[in-house]
Amino acid sequence: MNSIILVAGARLQVVLLLVFSAYMMLRGHNAPGGGFIGGLIAATGFVVYAIACGTSDARKALRFDPANIAGVGLGIALLAGVIAVFWGDALFTGQWLFIGATEDSKGIPLSTVLVFDIGVYLVVLGAILSITFALEEAV
Amino acid sequence: MDTSTPTRWITLAGLLPVVVSGSLFVWFAQMIPVIAAGDTLRFVWAWVPSLGVNVSFYIDGLSLTFALLITGIGALVMLYSARYLAGHVHQARFSLFLTSFMLAMIGVVIADNLLALFVFWELTTITSYLLIGFSHDTLKARRSALQALMVTGTGGLALLAGIILIGTTAGTFEMSEINAMPGVLTESVMYLPILLLVLSGAFTKSAQMPFHFWLPNAMAAPTPVSAYLHSATMVKAGIYLMARTHPSLSGTDVWLWTLTIAGAVTMVFASVMALRQTDLKLALAYTTLMALGALTLLLANDSGYTITAAATFLIVHSLYKAALFLVVGILDAQTGTREANKLFGMARAMPITAAAAAIAALSMAGFPPFLGFIGKELKYAGAIAVASEPIFVAGAVLIASALMVAIAGIVSFRPFWSKSGDPIAGVKEAPWPMLVGPVVLAVLGAFFGVFPDVLATTLVNPTVASILGDAQPAKELKLWAGVNLPLFLSIATFVLGFAIYAYKLPLRAALIDITTRAPSFDNGWDSLMAGVANGSKWLTRTIQTGVLKQYMFVTFGTAFVVLAVTLVMRTTGVPSIAWPALEIWDWLVFFLVLSGAALTAVTNSRITAIAGLGVVGIGMAMIFIFYSAPDVAITQLLVETLVVVLFAAAALKLPALAPEPFKGRIFDAILALGLGVVTTVILLKVTKGPIDRELTTFFENASWTEAFGQNIVNVILVDFRALDTFGEIAVVLIAGISIFALLKSKPEEDKP
Repeated sequence: MNSIILVAGARLQVVLLLVFSAYMMLRGHNAPGGGFIGGLIAATGFVVYAIACGTSDARKALRFDPANIAGVGLGIALLAGVIAVFWGDALFTGQWLFIGATEDSKGIPLSTVLVFDIGVYLVVLGAILSITFALEEAV
Repeated sequence: MDTSTPTRWITLAGLLPVVVSGSLFVWFAQMIPVIAAGDTLRFVWAWVPSLGVNVSFYIDGLSLTFALLITGIGALVMLYSARYLAGHVHQARFSLFLTSFMLAMIGVVIADNLLALFVFWELTTITSYLLIGFSHDTLKARRSALQALMVTGTGGLALLAGIILIGTTAGTFEMSEINAMPGVLTESVMYLPILLLVLSGAFTKSAQMPFHFWLPNAMAAPTPVSAYLHSATMVKAGIYLMARTHPSLSGTDVWLWTLTIAGAVTMVFASVMALRQTDLKLALAYTTLMALGALTLLLANDSGYTITAAATFLIVHSLYKAALFLVVGILDAQTGTREANKLFGMARAMPITAAAAAIAALSMAGFPPFLGFIGKELKYAGAIAVASEPIFVAGAVLIASALMVAIAGIVSFRPFWSKSGDPIAGVKEAPWPMLVGPVVLAVLGAFFGVFPDVLATTLVNPTVASILGDAQPAKELKLWAGVNLPLFLSIATFVLGFAIYAYKLPLRAALIDITTRAPSFDNGWDSLMAGVANGSKWLTRTIQTGVLKQYMFVTFGTAFVVLAVTLVMRTTGVPSIAWPALEIWDWLVFFLVLSGAALTAVTNSRITAIAGLGVVGIGMAMIFIFYSAPDVAITQLLVETLVVVLFAAAALKLPALAPEPFKGRIFDAILALGLGVVTTVILLKVTKGPIDRELTTFFENASWTEAFGQNIVNVILVDFRALDTFGEIAVVLIAGISIFALLKSKPEEDKP
């Protein structure tokens, strides 16, 4: 599609959608969002970009092969689950670290659950993009 | 395989199997005193305790006789193979297969638990497949291997079904316990199915008519394999099974007549076919069939004579047949041919081979003072004592034995001593590792003939005891039993046998003429296989049309029928629909979804249809929002968007829809409406009942306190049920890769 408006819009949109997807993923534990939704939003951004500028540009912008992104995501999710074993818990038990926690506040909560969600995010992003790109290239 | 040039044959791959089988032979041999004294040994390990499946081994006379034959002949055959296959590129593979086979075969004969027996049974089938197909670069070997696998494997499945029936009928899978319960199977209503299934397994394995055709084809295997698997051991597994189940399955008319007829027909057919062959190895293969038929025939009965005859003949046959196969292997290796028409007077060049062949053949022909003579006398005595038709059985034995005499002459007299043609020049005696086997086996046949008591007390009587439950009925093994009917029959056998030998050439010509006209089982097998392949093709074409619409129709149609039938049968009454007070936005969504669905159903453009479906999906997402499920709503919206985008990309390539919109879609519409109505009714019925809020309450309480999150949906996904999520994202990844692979792979060119 050769539309200057679409190309210019898509360039802006993909940035916004990526930031938004990260925001949605991070807030997921306490508000609507999460890795799955975040991954879908990020994928939408790249899909729009691919429609506007072509898949080869979109692949370049993504930098990594989408299938690899998905594979790495699955590995991260697995790692986040397996780590619990080192604390003597069952697999996939969430492990938490509250940095600077006080009586009133929990400080900055870091957890393996978040790492797991990042894995989910990457799998969804990678899988959808490998399908979309392949489909668009096949057509 | 040229053994004339010196090759390094002392290799680990060649000799390790000899050590393994030799050690096992010694281990089993030291049990002889215990077993001969009338005791039995049993070893038990729990395997699947929850199902009551044990790995239990039971050693009595029958097991021990088989185990000694397997390990003893095994050691000799493996020594032979070490030299025969020395330097072969796949010698290590061969040794592995052969040793695996031996261990599986030992498992078959000493397993007490029938399920364990079945596992070992199938292992012998698989190793046999690998060994027959050892020369896998020839089409014949591959076909023969597959044929043997199919025939014996099918029989194996029947056996498994029979074993399960035995287990449920008797309440145990331990054969020793089942045999200790007289009548538990024969008086059961399941007796006939059990018998037929078990005999299917035994008959296919032991190549009884009409399942015999795979055995001659199995001669595509290297000669040591034929000597070991297809004459001395594996094909006797069926015989072992019949002997092992003899106490609990025999004694009925069905058993008696099935075994008698199958055995007699196989025996006579095989000995006639043996005469027809010019390939010495094939001739031996058919005499093996004859022996298996004779053993089946003898096991049909339960008199002392027949069972003693069976036990003795089993040992006799294994000794002489393995020896003769090895001799033919030597002839083949040293001269390059095993055609009866080309081999004459080789005794001068290969004196030791000739001597071994002569002794083994004399035993096979049943001359005194060899063990074969005792075996044959007992067979006649047993035939006269059978419960079915003594004249018919004795006649069959007479014909088969006379033919054996003739074939013994063809296989081992003519190639070595006949002066009808010139010996092949420049042939040397085989190296000693190949001579040990035939010599030892042949000499054992002679030794036991002169001292039959040694064999009787150690192996034959305990075997009879395990089949009949008691060693008393066992008949004495002796060379001179006085002037009686079996002796006259023996003399008649020799006369007839010599006559057949004298006229073998015209007889063979006549037989070849007849058999080429008669329909062959082997061709029948090919037609059967072709039929199966065509049937599968037809079935695949019929149900796998490749048209997505038809798959969807069948899937939804099935769902509709199952749901509707369940609904009608399980519930009564029409659900009352209480219209709740709907707000204006509820009505908006309702009409949005409805119009989206209607648009999809009537439009002729794919893009319009997918956009219409997108409207339906967005309507659904709005319903989720109304009922406070924002996460689900967001996901739904995003997925809908992506699906529309993806489909739009694909739709560019798809052809336009067929122009007549309604005619072909009327059934689709009916199905869609039906499924929708049924689903609605079910939902209405389900929501009538009280809702269990236990899980909801748990997650509401635990989400913040235990998992530090307020968004319950996400907390469940990443924490409480993280393992499920992990499985799901793995599926997402696999789906992504699969679709990628499908799209990227080039469509396969149609092959002619």
